[in-house]
Amino acid sequence: MADIRLEGVGHSYDGGATWALKPMTWTWRSARAYALLGPSGCGKTTLLNIISGLLTPTVGRIWFDDREVTGVPTAGRNIAQVFQFPVLYEEMSVYDNLAFPLRNRKYPKNEVDQRVRQVSRLLGLDDLLRRRSRRLDPGRQQIVSLGRGLVRSQVAAVLLDEPLTVVDPALKWTLRSKLKEIHRDTGHTLIYVTHDQTEALTFADEVVVLNEGEMVQAGEPAELFLSPAHEFVGHFIGSPGMNMLPAEIVGGVVCVGQADVGTAAGQSGDGLPPGPVRIGVRPEFVRVTGARTSPGVAARVTGIDRMGAYDLVHTRVNGHPVIARTAAGSACRPDTVEFLHFPEERTFLFRDEVRCGSLAPLNGRDQA
Amino acid sequence: MAFPRSGQRLPWARTVFWLYVATLMLPLLWMFGMSIRPNEDILGSFSLIPQRVTFDNYVTFFTDAAWYSSYLNSIIYTSLNAVMSLVVALPAAYAFSRFRFAGDKHLFFWLLTNRMAPPAVFLLPFFQIYQSVGLFDTHLGVAIAHMLFNVPLAVWILEGFMSGIPREIDETAAIDGYSLPRFFIKIFLPMIRSAIGVTAFFCFMFSWVELLIARTITSVNAKPIAATMTRTVSAAGVDWGLLAAAGVLTIVPGAIVIWFVRNYIAKGFSLGRV
Amino acid sequence: MSEQTTVAGSQVGGEVVPATPAGGSGAAETRADPKPRNNRAWWLVLPVVVSVAFTAVIPLMTVVNFSVQDVFSPSDRIFVGLEWFRSVTRDPEVRAAFVRTLLFSAQVLLLEIPLGVALAVVMPRRGVWMSVALVLVALPLLIPWNVVGTIWQIFARGDIGLGGWTINNVLGINFNYTLDSTDAWITVLVMDVWHWTPLVALLAYAGLRSIPGPYFQAAQIDGASAWATFRHIQLPRLRGVLTIAILLRFMDSFMIYTEPFVVTGGGPGNATSFLSILLSKIAVGQFDLGPAGAFSLLYFLFVQILCYVFFTVLTRSGR
Repeated sequence: MADIRLEGVGHSYDGGATWALKPMTWTWRSARAYALLGPSGCGKTTLLNIISGLLTPTVGRIWFDDREVTGVPTAGRNIAQVFQFPVLYEEMSVYDNLAFPLRNRKYPKNEVDQRVRQVSRLLGLDDLLRRRSRRLDPGRQQIVSLGRGLVRSQVAAVLLDEPLTVVDPALKWTLRSKLKEIHRDTGHTLIYVTHDQTEALTFADEVVVLNEGEMVQAGEPAELFLSPAHEFVGHFIGSPGMNMLPAEIVGGVVCVGQADVGTAAGQSGDGLPPGPVRIGVRPEFVRVTGARTSPGVAARVTGIDRMGAYDLVHTRVNGHPVIARTAAGSACRPDTVEFLHFPEERTFLFRDEVRCGSLAPLNGRDQA
Repeated sequence: MAFPRSGQRLPWARTVFWLYVATLMLPLLWMFGMSIRPNEDILGSFSLIPQRVTFDNYVTFFTDAAWYSSYLNSIIYTSLNAVMSLVVALPAAYAFSRFRFAGDKHLFFWLLTNRMAPPAVFLLPFFQIYQSVGLFDTHLGVAIAHMLFNVPLAVWILEGFMSGIPREIDETAAIDGYSLPRFFIKIFLPMIRSAIGVTAFFCFMFSWVELLIARTITSVNAKPIAATMTRTVSAAGVDWGLLAAAGVLTIVPGAIVIWFVRNYIAKGFSLGRV
Repeated sequence: MSEQTTVAGSQVGGEVVPATPAGGSGAAETRADPKPRNNRAWWLVLPVVVSVAFTAVIPLMTVVNFSVQDVFSPSDRIFVGLEWFRSVTRDPEVRAAFVRTLLFSAQVLLLEIPLGVALAVVMPRRGVWMSVALVLVALPLLIPWNVVGTIWQIFARGDIGLGGWTINNVLGINFNYTLDSTDAWITVLVMDVWHWTPLVALLAYAGLRSIPGPYFQAAQIDGASAWATFRHIQLPRLRGVLTIAILLRFMDSFMIYTEPFVVTGGGPGNATSFLSILLSKIAVGQFDLGPAGAFSLLYFLFVQILCYVFFTVLTRSGR
């Protein structure tokens, strides 16, 4: 087990013209469970392959604790990796598949047996150990691949590249909690790549969000949800994503059209220079009131999705869509005008997609 | 990029490979060497490097009608065969890849078994039949005869490729109002043009290298170059230099064709189905 | 990205399953539902049936016709039943040629299959050298078969051929394929390996190219040696193409005619007189149509049966 430190690591497939992964510095701390979250093509797999040594980064250096491994090939790194689709030694039995990484490393026979049985018990493969792996269904095959990744006790990290894509949804939940359990027992460092936010948020101690080859935010699941540092995180996490509403700072006050919604507070508590800004607030926190309240903005209701446990009220504010999540049985009707209130502690301001501050109360500058 | 880096893992492997290729080329280079020597030198004394270089053998080849016309014959019937095999095989391969119909599986395997017929079996019947229907000693006759082994092969390769193309394409086109023939020509054929290239290559290759049947059903007008080569033995003995020159020239069309389809070869071999 | 976001959040609805699995079976079996049944598809197959009927069925019927008759002249023939079949199967010359041909095919398979696979493994995978390697390796396949014969006829001669001369004068071994049976056999065998190993190599190469990258990555991660990678990843995934290779090489080596005919003419003695050489001697040389017909049919039948056995064994063993 080791801290995995990336020092200015970046990768380009076309000799530097475009970065698949922009140079970044970051430390994966030992024994934690990470989720690497981002849309397809954002560089997740590239980052993973750099850590496992399948790819040598164009720039930067990689350290496992005090040992530099930038030029060390995969075999010398002691990393386990599970791929998106089952990768099996098809003509071998499940048992031999699980034992393969251990036998290659000359583990003693009884230890091989003990490790294999431990992993098979954890993953519920006991009854299948003698079966030939190619005859299993894809979901089971993937569980065997997973087992092969987890079977070695001494690994710097286990990398999981969207490992549950082919597993059917019911089994997925079980496996994910199994993984957490295994993580607790073994203390492996896990890096779990996914484009599914639910998977990331339920699995990880810490979620790292990647977009267009750039790390945009890292933090605990709740932190990403409650306090996104980047517009992309607001969009990508949450369902539906964060509302983004163009606004203007005039004299320290944030205005949407003619309406003032609060004062602007910078990151360190000071004010913000005037100019355009975007207000970000999650639908969960938007409050809908029938009567004009202050501070608040007028919104025309365009539609209501009844989701069962809650309603989603779609509105337009100055022509921009804003969604509010309300209790089920909302009284709103299409084409009526409602008033929206953005609570200060949950509303943030963004410039150039990066968070620059938050909303603060109007402090009696109420103009009602 | 995710490809096996066998060269890195087995450093000696590349060397062994190129050594093999060099060995492979030796007999060919030797023949080429002979083709540019005068006959006296070939038979006179053994030497690795030609003492005197001459292109007389090639000049003879291109000035003697018996030689160059049979060379043309081979090219004509080979090309004709490739075209005919494709025209016949394309609709059939499409049918096999898209529909089930009475006896389809049996038909498919029956077609393949024709690839297993020893050509020697067909010599006599071919001779008789082609003479009785007036196809004896014609380019068309040889082209038809070679369909014996090329049509099954073409159906086999094309079917493999076509099965890899989703049926949704056909269905979408049908909804858009394409008739089957129009869809086939306008949309489908362009989609599988690499497959057509590969198949044409295989047809060309097997027709070009075949001698037994071609020789049996020709005498003068459509005589293949390969058959002309078997008759270089004269009263004065074998004309080794001329034979070698002809041999070198028979390799040229194949080498040209293979260079054009080199990027599809791997694909073409892998997509046929078992 | 924003429209995808709203979808991605909705529990299971967020699963974006790629259409082509990177690690799938390789073959593009796109849909599970069966193909539509449509007997009008026969119209599309008809040209093939007609052309194959003309090139295969009618000649085959003629052969069947010969095989049960004693033909003195086109108008003078007697029905003899299975007499020719009986005499052919008892003919010691035919039996000897049969054993010889079988032995030759066995040797061809044992040499060419491993060699072809080995070549495919070490072949360059990309760049200009890949193209050069492919073209050079494929070259022998595009040479007319009698020219292949000619090339080796020249090359193996002790007086004017590089190969024969080297064996005689450099290695000091007395080698003459026109006089010595063993030398003739070796010459024909080496020629066949030279001629046809490229086919096996290209098939195997195509098979190797279709193995998805993650398999090799997984092997690296699992610490597998180069041999283990070959044994457990490459070889199992070559099953399909190797089945084709074995079938093709068996059929063609069992039917070999032109090359040995040019090089040795079947000799010296009967040393390289394979079944097809014997057959054409009986049919064209002696014009014994009856025995030749019976011989042909038995020959054809045997190739088919053995191909079927190979096919069944090779595909069953994988399940």
